Amino acid sequence: MLKEIIFYGRGGQGGVTAANILVSAVLREGLYGQGFPFFGAERRGAPVMAFSRISDKPILRHGMFYDCDVLVVLDPKLVSLGLTKRIEVRDRGVVVVNAPDNMVLEKKAFTLKGSAKFYRVNATRIALEKKLVIAGWPVVNTSMLGAFARATGLVSINSVAEAIKEYFHGPIGETNAEAAVEAYKQTREAEVC
Amino acid sequence: MGKVVPITGNYAVAYAAKMARVQVVAAYPITPQTSIVEKLAEFIESGELDAVMIRVESEHSALAATFGAALAGARAFTATSSHGLLYMHEWVHWTSRARVPVVMAIVTRTIGTPWNIWPDHSDFMDQRDTGWILGFGMDNQEVFDLTVQAFKISEDPRVYLPVMIGLEGFILGHTTMPVELPDQKELDDWLGPRRQGYVIDGREPLAIGNLAWPEDTEEMFMDIQKAMEEAKQVIKEVDESYGKLTGRKYGGLIQCVGCSNAKYIAIAMGAWAGDLIEAVQKLREEGYPVGVARIRFVRPFPIEDLWKIINGVKGVIVLDRAISFGAWGQIYTDLVAGLAQYTRNLPVISNIVAGIGGVNVTHTDFYKLVKNFVDIVEKGEQPPVFTWYHKR
Amino acid sequence: MAGQDLIIEPIKYRVPLSRPEKGVAGKTGFWRTEKPVVDKEKCVKCWLCEIYCPVDVIRVEPETGPTIDYDYCKGCGVCSNVCPSGAITMVPEE
Repeated sequence: MLKEIIFYGRGGQGGVTAANILVSAVLREGLYGQGFPFFGAERRGAPVMAFSRISDKPILRHGMFYDCDVLVVLDPKLVSLGLTKRIEVRDRGVVVVNAPDNMVLEKKAFTLKGSAKFYRVNATRIALEKKLVIAGWPVVNTSMLGAFARATGLVSINSVAEAIKEYFHGPIGETNAEAAVEAYKQTREAEVC
Repeated sequence: MGKVVPITGNYAVAYAAKMARVQVVAAYPITPQTSIVEKLAEFIESGELDAVMIRVESEHSALAATFGAALAGARAFTATSSHGLLYMHEWVHWTSRARVPVVMAIVTRTIGTPWNIWPDHSDFMDQRDTGWILGFGMDNQEVFDLTVQAFKISEDPRVYLPVMIGLEGFILGHTTMPVELPDQKELDDWLGPRRQGYVIDGREPLAIGNLAWPEDTEEMFMDIQKAMEEAKQVIKEVDESYGKLTGRKYGGLIQCVGCSNAKYIAIAMGAWAGDLIEAVQKLREEGYPVGVARIRFVRPFPIEDLWKIINGVKGVIVLDRAISFGAWGQIYTDLVAGLAQYTRNLPVISNIVAGIGGVNVTHTDFYKLVKNFVDIVEKGEQPPVFTWYHKR
Repeated sequence: MAGQDLIIEPIKYRVPLSRPEKGVAGKTGFWRTEKPVVDKEKCVKCWLCEIYCPVDVIRVEPETGPTIDYDYCKGCGVCSNVCPSGAITMVPEE
């Protein structure tokens, strides 16, 4: 069961950190994982991808991919601008979007190879409630990991929370883990038109 | 019992240097190497590693300082990439010709111009005439294991040559994967104390690099060639004993996957060998009798091991991630030259150069390339000797 | 470094090492075409000749002034050049 995941956000939003924490989370469940950034220079604010692989066997393949089993969108603006169309979601794929409550999700903003299930959570609100703000930006990556756990069932929320606490240490780790658990609870299957 | 941690390939190198208890690190930052030395600086600053970090003004000085520390008796380490490696090239030769054990990680990146930070093997393969032992990993675990082993190999009295360990930038360097770290005490016992042939530490008058007559000079270089031959055995012994310690034995200078009953052999080095293995596994399920020989050490060149698996096969496809302009990929060139001592009746051998400048080459590409090669040979036709595989 | 062991196990191969000692290249004094001769009356015992001698064959003593080991002095003339009191003269060899 090799699953390939793309975290699509903006440079500085923590997509790479999310991909790496996911590896740590799946290791706790006896699975194998890979997490890596888009290969190249860092560009704060620009649309950037981060990648994860999860498997029950050691992962042999390396390198970037532009079609995936799970697409996690950290910034709703990438959907409204149609940038999410650049990534192909495979048949029976899963799309998880950080979406404001009033946002209408449209299928035409995505490239779907077959059927796909959509999930949404207002991770920005959760981050603001938890006062998770760095340099003026709400920190949504840890919440989106909670949403990922809920939407895919590929990893338990406990493992995600534990991995987050280990990654950040101390009170900031606790708050981020709480945000992930909160997002896990609030993630809902979304209607798309 | 070891502990599994999710770390990048660069951090795997830093952990390996730390667990080998390096005493001196001298380095200069360059993408995509920098995070190795950053991590080591963290280890030193926090007191986890009792070592001296020498911050130098260039890579030329980085290796000069590493060399000097090693001469004086310290287990010394540095790391670099691409233009940094080219800049230290003079000291690369000095270190091996002085027979001083040193370990250096090369986080590979292509060579400019044009400016490019993406990985291929151009910088690494450029080092093959330097007298360093050259090892290359396939994943983060192997990168850790190889780096630790490099100290053992380098400090073996039969070898006393410096060792470079290669890993591709980004593909391994910046990718998080699980890595099992051995128990420190067990590793200490296995690796043992720093060992070298002589020290220059000021306690007795001793000069290095004095003028030598042509015959003396030639004899010293002939000795490096002999030590390279002996290193083949040492590398295998180290792989064996490390395997007993950790349960991870790779096979020595090459790793074979499905070679024993193969009629075709695909040869590659580095992270993309993993993608190649995945592609070949799929081809085998479809009835293609293909095996993979993964190059773990390119110096000394493992021609004996390669001949053992190539002898009798119908075709060999060699995948190079670097090119000697005007000739072919370097692994192909070395392989064909080496096989000439065994037979005048070579199997069909094709060379594919790909992934240059960081072009993303994956299991789907390898599936097509290997399948196509086998299909052509099976039809009794001659595939091109050299192909630059480029997707655009 | 504290607590770190080091084992020096001699190398069986040849290495570019040399042990500098007196006379390793033979008696190089006969290479001279000119010989430095010291006028001890003029010498101010500044030690510059000893410091500058590239083959380290000059010793200056507070009482007796400079002595030169002519077995190894190659006659380069540096001592004569740096001498501030003109006490060293280069004299052609026979």
